[in-house]
Amino acid sequence: MSELNIKYHNDFLKEVEENVEEGKWVKMCMQCGVCAGSCPLGPHWAHPPQELFMMVRAGKRAEVLGSDSMWMCTSCYNCVVRCPRKLPITQIMHGLATYSNQLGLTPKIQPTRDFSILFWKNCTRTGRVNELKLTLGLYFMDGFMAGIKKGWAMRGIGLGLVKAGRLNAFELLKGHVCKDQKGIRAMLNKAAEIEQRRKRPAV
Amino acid sequence: MSEMKTAAYICQGCGIAERLNSKQMAVVAQKEGKMQLVREHAFLCNAEGVQMIRDDIAGEAVTHVMIAACSRRAKTEAFGFHDVTVVRANIREGVLWSQPESDEAQEITQEMADDYVRMGCAELKKMKLPQGAPNKAQNKRILVVGGGISGLTAALESAAAGYEVVLVEKRGELGGWAAQLWKCVPTKSPYSSPADTGVSELIARATQHPRIRIYLNATLAQTAGAPGRFLAQIASESGAATTEEVGAIVQASGFTGYDIARLPELGGGKSPNVVDQAGLERLAAEAAAQNRPMRRPSDGGEIRSVVFVQCAGQRDESGKHLPYCSGHCCNTSIKQAMYFKDAYPATDTAVIYTDLRTPGMGEDFYRSGQNKGVTFTKGTVSEVAVNSNTCTVKFKDLILNEEGSIDADLVVLATGQVPNSGVNIDLPEEEQAKAQPVSILNLNYRQGRDLPQLKHGLTDSHFICFPYETRRTGIYAAGPVRRPMDMAQASEDATGAAMKAIQAVENASLGRAAHPRSGDLSFPIVRIEGCTQCKRCTVECPFGAIDEDEKRYPVFNESRCRRCGTCMGACPVRVISFENYSPDSIGSQIKAVDMPDEFSEKPRILVLACENDAYPALDMAGMQRHIYSAFVRVIPVRCLGSVNTVWITDALNGGWDGVMMMGCKHGDDYQCHFVKGSELANYRMGKIDDTLKQLGLETERVTTCSVAITDSARVAQLINDYAATIQKIGMSPMKGFA
Repeated sequence: MSELNIKYHNDFLKEVEENVEEGKWVKMCMQCGVCAGSCPLGPHWAHPPQELFMMVRAGKRAEVLGSDSMWMCTSCYNCVVRCPRKLPITQIMHGLATYSNQLGLTPKIQPTRDFSILFWKNCTRTGRVNELKLTLGLYFMDGFMAGIKKGWAMRGIGLGLVKAGRLNAFELLKGHVCKDQKGIRAMLNKAAEIEQRRKRPAV
Repeated sequence: MSEMKTAAYICQGCGIAERLNSKQMAVVAQKEGKMQLVREHAFLCNAEGVQMIRDDIAGEAVTHVMIAACSRRAKTEAFGFHDVTVVRANIREGVLWSQPESDEAQEITQEMADDYVRMGCAELKKMKLPQGAPNKAQNKRILVVGGGISGLTAALESAAAGYEVVLVEKRGELGGWAAQLWKCVPTKSPYSSPADTGVSELIARATQHPRIRIYLNATLAQTAGAPGRFLAQIASESGAATTEEVGAIVQASGFTGYDIARLPELGGGKSPNVVDQAGLERLAAEAAAQNRPMRRPSDGGEIRSVVFVQCAGQRDESGKHLPYCSGHCCNTSIKQAMYFKDAYPATDTAVIYTDLRTPGMGEDFYRSGQNKGVTFTKGTVSEVAVNSNTCTVKFKDLILNEEGSIDADLVVLATGQVPNSGVNIDLPEEEQAKAQPVSILNLNYRQGRDLPQLKHGLTDSHFICFPYETRRTGIYAAGPVRRPMDMAQASEDATGAAMKAIQAVENASLGRAAHPRSGDLSFPIVRIEGCTQCKRCTVECPFGAIDEDEKRYPVFNESRCRRCGTCMGACPVRVISFENYSPDSIGSQIKAVDMPDEFSEKPRILVLACENDAYPALDMAGMQRHIYSAFVRVIPVRCLGSVNTVWITDALNGGWDGVMMMGCKHGDDYQCHFVKGSELANYRMGKIDDTLKQLGLETERVTTCSVAITDSARVAQLINDYAATIQKIGMSPMKGFA
């Protein structure tokens, strides 16, 4: 293959099929563009799903995995519902994002990825999401002063929530947790193990 | 049938008697129509009413029946008296249902009904019961020209129906293109993999069939005659000539692949590694025969990457190549990509297309191709650069909107089908000669050697309404000669054409017309002593039915005739007529109406409506209660082509205020059932302005419009608009002179 230009050959498609969740569906896209037209965030993507699939098939590895398009997906499932070829587009978007993150190819500043990591850490710590810590974590993600500013701007809502009994400042100390901490841990470890096994089939 | 006895029957049913004075209509029929017997009946189409007419036919020796009831298109079974002449006056759809139910409208509505009775009586007296064409030719064998999928199927289907078949094939073996394919696009569920073509089985069946006689290496040196009595001179390569008499012909002469040497920008002819789809089939068949993978033609190297270029030299807007889509090539490329993917999944196969068109169950096949890993790329190929053993395909990726390129060991160009339709007889003689004509049929018809073509060299047949009909009666086109198609479509096509051929021989043997007036026993009769040898009928006949004898008089071949009456419309001296349709049968109706005087404010508008589309549309306008002007009188005609200008001048001289002609759409996407009829009518009417000026009349007094069968609302609007125009220009000054 050395003398041949690898563009539009199937190498990257095969890589996606093997490593990306639901990646085996990418080849089934018929480029009708219904996903692109259905996406509520469509105009804000650099590449709508249809285009990403074509890029995968065209062997544009760096462009696809370095893109922030798939990070824009809000999981509304409009495209999945409408796709005439029944592609699980939302899952593929998240699959591509995850794969890109694993390989460290995601753009440096990617708020969706940063929030996802924050959320994942928050909820896996005790098995329950601590909303106060999550919110503050989000406020202070960009530094201390920025956090203070954001907190101040949102103080009205915060106080309202406290008055309504929807927010408890004591959650900052410990917060409520799942009863079976050991069980949660074991479950998450098992899930990670399964994921590893599936991604890297026995050589 | 020596003595004519006329009878008129006025129906009172369907509300006719409630709104109209049926007694008065009966009086009109008797006093003005001079009907010898007049009866009214409360419910004419019921068993009792029909029996009453039957009794009169039997007991009173009635030979001519005028029924004033519903449209001639309704109750055809009840009023289908085959042994007498029947005329229908359209009172229900044409008057009752298309006029408002009000007291002030009563008078003009009644006038309308009375006029239709007058017209019906006038027409009736000018009609005779058709006896069938005198030359009933009895040969029922079917000649099939071409031995490919279409030809073999047509031969086998005709033979299976009990008809003898003569099959003529130019080449030394049967099977055509299909025999050269390694595999074909699947026609059975699950439509996922290339399938066996089944051609060898077809060939075996045809070769062994007792009713099929096959001539190989043979062509048609001459075809003469008409349905039921064609004489085909079959010339063999060896020089031997045989004459076969046949009743009908199926032309399945197929196609030639577009020459890839005309596509140098796509590498055509520049490298053995650039092939067309037929070329790839050869590679695949060769490889399969030797039980090895396909190899690169240039050096026998391994093929690791194949690119299929769709629409190569077709769907071309520049005018350099084929302008149309050949329909089968997307499926074929998917199939060919699977040749590689099924045997060696690691081979990269890319199909570059602009629109992937997969007719039939092709969508399943397409999906299967994707599943097998064929890459589909939407793009337009600008160039195929040829290197020593590889090619670089340069294209614009239309999804990513950028230039792309693929290196490939083999490039397959999906070129189109060029029909083998023979000589384009519409070209002038010199140009025909320049095009190095290879005639398929070598007809000895006055109008040319081959079937007329519509466009792009495809034989003229209506793609939707009557696909196998050509403009030569008894000769039916099947397969890619009439439109590009794949094997499954071709065999379906051939079956249809075989059925039409069978109908043609059966109709010819009974002296009846073929489509679209199938079963019509009338035929054109020419009063030859009045003929001026002007040749208009022979030139204008859309079906080449009329030849000329050595003295240049027309010779009618009745079984080639479709009974449209275009010759009758063309004849300047009106010597051509049918027993039940003639210049007189329409002319007498035009003269029969009661013409109000110039000061009555009641104009009269004559509508000559084509019975195929416009007249049904008018009936439907009535059914849907679209009200139109009560000043029109509608006369159905077989085709606008049969309208003789004498009717127009008669009408204008007789004081009619306007003449409206309604026919089918003409042009490349014509809807005319007689192909050229409405076009010719438009051409003739284009010249009527001079006549109008001579008469001192406004040019608006004659108008032509095209009406489709679905135009029920529009047709009422057209009439009303025209009535308003006539109102504006005023009454005809010709009233009272006739």
